[in-house]
Amino acid sequence: MSTIGKVTGIIANLVIVETEGRTAQNEICFIKHGDTRLMAEVIKIFGKKIYVQVFESTRGLKVGQEVEFVGHMLEVTLGPGILSKNFDGLQNDLNKMDGVFLKRGEYTEALDADRKFEFKPLASKGDKVVAGSWLGEVKENWMPHKIMVPFKFEGEYTVKSVIGEGEYLINEPIAVITDTEGKDIEVTMVQKWPVKVPIKAYTEKPRPFKILETGIRVMDTLNPIAEGGTGFIPGPFGSGKTVLQHNLSKNAEADLVIVAACGERANEVVEIFTEFPELDDPRTGRKLMERTTIIANTSNMPVAAREASVYTAMTIAEYYRAMGLKVLLLADSTSRWAQALREMSNRMEELPGPDGFPMDLPAIISNFYSRAGYVYLPNGESGSITFIGTVSPAGGNLKEPVTEATKKAARCFYALSQNRADSKRYPAIDPIDSYSKYLEYPEITEYLNKKVSPNWTKNVFEAKDILLRGKETYEQINILGDDGVPLDYHLKYWKSELIDFAILQQDAFDKVDASSSLDRQNFMLEITLEICHKEFQFDSFEEVGPYFKKIINQLKQMNYSIYESDEFVKNRKLLETYLKEREVKQEEQLA
Amino acid sequence: MEKDTKAFQRIYTKLFQLTKATVSLKATGIGNEELAIVDGRLAQVVKIIDDMVTLQVFAGTEGIATDAEVIFAGKAPTLKVGEDLAGRFFNAYGEPIDGGEIMGEEREIGGPSVNPVRRKQPSELIATGIAGIDLNNTLVTGQKIPFFADPDQPFNQVMAMVALRAKADKIILGGVGLSNDDYLYFKQVFDNAGALDRIVGFINTTENPPVERLLVPDMALTAAEYFAVEKNEKVLVLLTDLTLYADALSIVSNRMDQIPSKDSMPGSLYSDLARLYEKAVQFPDGGSITIIAVTTLSGGDITHAIPDNTGYITEGQLFLRKDSDIGKVIVDPFRSLSRLKQLVIGKKTRQDHPQVMNAAVRLYADAANAKTKLENGFDLSDYDERSLEFAKAYSEKLLAIDVNIDVDTMLETAYQLFESYFTPAEVGIRQEFVDKYWKKTEN
Repeated sequence: MSTIGKVTGIIANLVIVETEGRTAQNEICFIKHGDTRLMAEVIKIFGKKIYVQVFESTRGLKVGQEVEFVGHMLEVTLGPGILSKNFDGLQNDLNKMDGVFLKRGEYTEALDADRKFEFKPLASKGDKVVAGSWLGEVKENWMPHKIMVPFKFEGEYTVKSVIGEGEYLINEPIAVITDTEGKDIEVTMVQKWPVKVPIKAYTEKPRPFKILETGIRVMDTLNPIAEGGTGFIPGPFGSGKTVLQHNLSKNAEADLVIVAACGERANEVVEIFTEFPELDDPRTGRKLMERTTIIANTSNMPVAAREASVYTAMTIAEYYRAMGLKVLLLADSTSRWAQALREMSNRMEELPGPDGFPMDLPAIISNFYSRAGYVYLPNGESGSITFIGTVSPAGGNLKEPVTEATKKAARCFYALSQNRADSKRYPAIDPIDSYSKYLEYPEITEYLNKKVSPNWTKNVFEAKDILLRGKETYEQINILGDDGVPLDYHLKYWKSELIDFAILQQDAFDKVDASSSLDRQNFMLEITLEICHKEFQFDSFEEVGPYFKKIINQLKQMNYSIYESDEFVKNRKLLETYLKEREVKQEEQLA
Repeated sequence: MEKDTKAFQRIYTKLFQLTKATVSLKATGIGNEELAIVDGRLAQVVKIIDDMVTLQVFAGTEGIATDAEVIFAGKAPTLKVGEDLAGRFFNAYGEPIDGGEIMGEEREIGGPSVNPVRRKQPSELIATGIAGIDLNNTLVTGQKIPFFADPDQPFNQVMAMVALRAKADKIILGGVGLSNDDYLYFKQVFDNAGALDRIVGFINTTENPPVERLLVPDMALTAAEYFAVEKNEKVLVLLTDLTLYADALSIVSNRMDQIPSKDSMPGSLYSDLARLYEKAVQFPDGGSITIIAVTTLSGGDITHAIPDNTGYITEGQLFLRKDSDIGKVIVDPFRSLSRLKQLVIGKKTRQDHPQVMNAAVRLYADAANAKTKLENGFDLSDYDERSLEFAKAYSEKLLAIDVNIDVDTMLETAYQLFESYFTPAEVGIRQEFVDKYWKKTEN
């Protein structure tokens, strides 16, 4: 028996419902409005008054309209066929909706009930299984998609039967498992899970110990993100957040990428819809869209569903992690989500925290970030969710509540700098202000030194040091003038420029330069540092800039050439020649 | 949706509470966002708690008595749409300013959003003749972009010029707190150009109550959707000035005792502005809505909540600035940006367009550095001198808003300037373009 209530108040998308029956926090309900049913979520219960946020426009709603509570929280449908789909924040399949405009109260099935999948059993009769155990596998695009014991199942079960290899619909029973009391339960390929509850079908969540290659040098080299790690990218508008996010989703070395477009421009999502089905995944040669799922709640879609969208995305990520996959989750932008929370908190007349945001904003944010991570599954396999969120700080000021709350939760900080963006130094990640806490993990440095080269972390810290010293001397030169400082200052400054241009800057629109392998990054770092180690002697500061510009140009040409190709080698040789020429010149002068 | 409004009109005569912008009364069976007439003035339901209904009175509540008559209309604000709209000017309520009736289908304003998967990627260039726009910040149909300008800049003039040259099927002007002079200016310019039959105007002038302004953009965009969806037309919507729209939002939210966020703006400012701007769209069937808006700044400050939120929503911004060297207003190449230009430049225009654009802006930046050097009393090199001369000519011949040439001529002009002041190596564009377009062999 579901609880029935009546609308007694309406303030924008906050609706007050009165009921005598049982309700629960975050429970879903539907408000009957003419022929349509509008979905809403309980956000506060005060005696008989239930405050719900409606995921749709509340235009025309009246006091006295009937409300039906469904008895569960907002759930997503998990099963084969999620990949390549375009969902809205409530997991409606946008492609299944009729017409050009979104209709109020139209909800569509997340998965395709009539699509058959090639099933292969993985468990056999008599196996002991728990929630998340793999019963079988289907091919989803090119990815092995595991069919698991539903996460809601508690305790241990015994496999009674698993269907044989063949093609099945997602709602067909594929296995029967027996609980400890001898009751048989049928399992299909589909299950449901409430988005606000983390899926914990894992045995252990160790500290991350590997890095996730993104192909972006300023991240991988200087401030790497761990596989299963968390990071965030704050930046004012126009500083290149979107390009950076798109580049991450294209080049990061993940099995699949989930993009939560949360309260951002619709045309940016259209760019993904249009381009990803055409672009090749550099790792598999398949189309990028095959490993990508988009959760789109653009800025003009209902505000309450914006909050749901990030949770929907996270839950889908957790589902794939339980299959032993490496998931990258991107959310653009978490500030819009925080603003949605603020709007509701305001309508409920809660006492506001800083800038009108709810007091528990930091707790909500850190709770969300903590759902990412590297995990060991019950069968010994591992999976991971690496989460990177963007933040749109008001007025570009990083001392605002969302940035500050996120800083406490995320372990990597990639600050986009307006100055770097203005001088077209892209990606505009500030090398000095940004950090990766993972570089402090001994297990990560050990891993890097083993994987890349024994000198890797030593080199990385040296490069950081040169950049910092370069910045300091640059300030000195600005104050004292070009000829007011020792020549050595110019050298220090130009050495840091060398690293800036050759390592930090990267052309996201260039086919070759857009992504750089760790090997290649190591090679470039080594030769750049080698140049920095050289003793240069110049007669005047005026000679320093032009010479280094020539070297920089050569390093850039190398970045634009395919690694180890003839062109690359040619450019490298030319670089050697320039360096040699300088050495000879210096020796002659000495002599 | 409610029907049969006339037969069931509910009339109340006992107001419970009055503020400057709202009235509250006991009433039943009222729908959220429903329209009502309070003492002859248009109002809209903004809050219902049990039988207490709060209405926002667009014209303000001055002089309304506690026994004023309240008539509920049983529907949300609507606009009659049809071919009849063309060539007419309307007030914020969608009534013709010059009187008379409009034939057409009645449609609720502020309708639903376009399904993102049904959008098409914008790809059609809008030529304005202004090089500061076409060359450096090319506009595309389906784009949304504001002018960021101080109140003393001629943004309305530039906007009228852009609208007339844009080859749009319809131009829809949403005047939000427009001064009466500017309203007459728009009317006259469109009339002189013989374009009046392509224009639809929704006008709230400074003489009208500020809260009325909140209806104007929705009216304009509802008309735009009619022409773009039903008639597959290319529609250009001009909204000026959305800073005044945001100010009106803050008045209402203040009256409703909402907690203000940054710069006394309502916490929902981002969503409120995005709801308007996101109506810009390229439909698959050829129709499109392009929005060009104005956000006036205070002393060029873009960190204020209004331009800041706008910048996160729109696809770039056009910055107007007076260049004291040439005494003209230019489109600032550094602070302006069109995020969608990549979709057309070098594709719909000549292949060398992106390179020429970047090279010219870079050289202009060199001139800015030279100028700083000059101001700080350092000596100028020969290159500095040349770049300063280039900057002046570039400003005059390309950046000034009175330029009106096609894109190919803009590119030719850029080469002429390059040739006059620089060597190909200093300009640094790809050799194949130098071979093809660089006329002189030496400087």
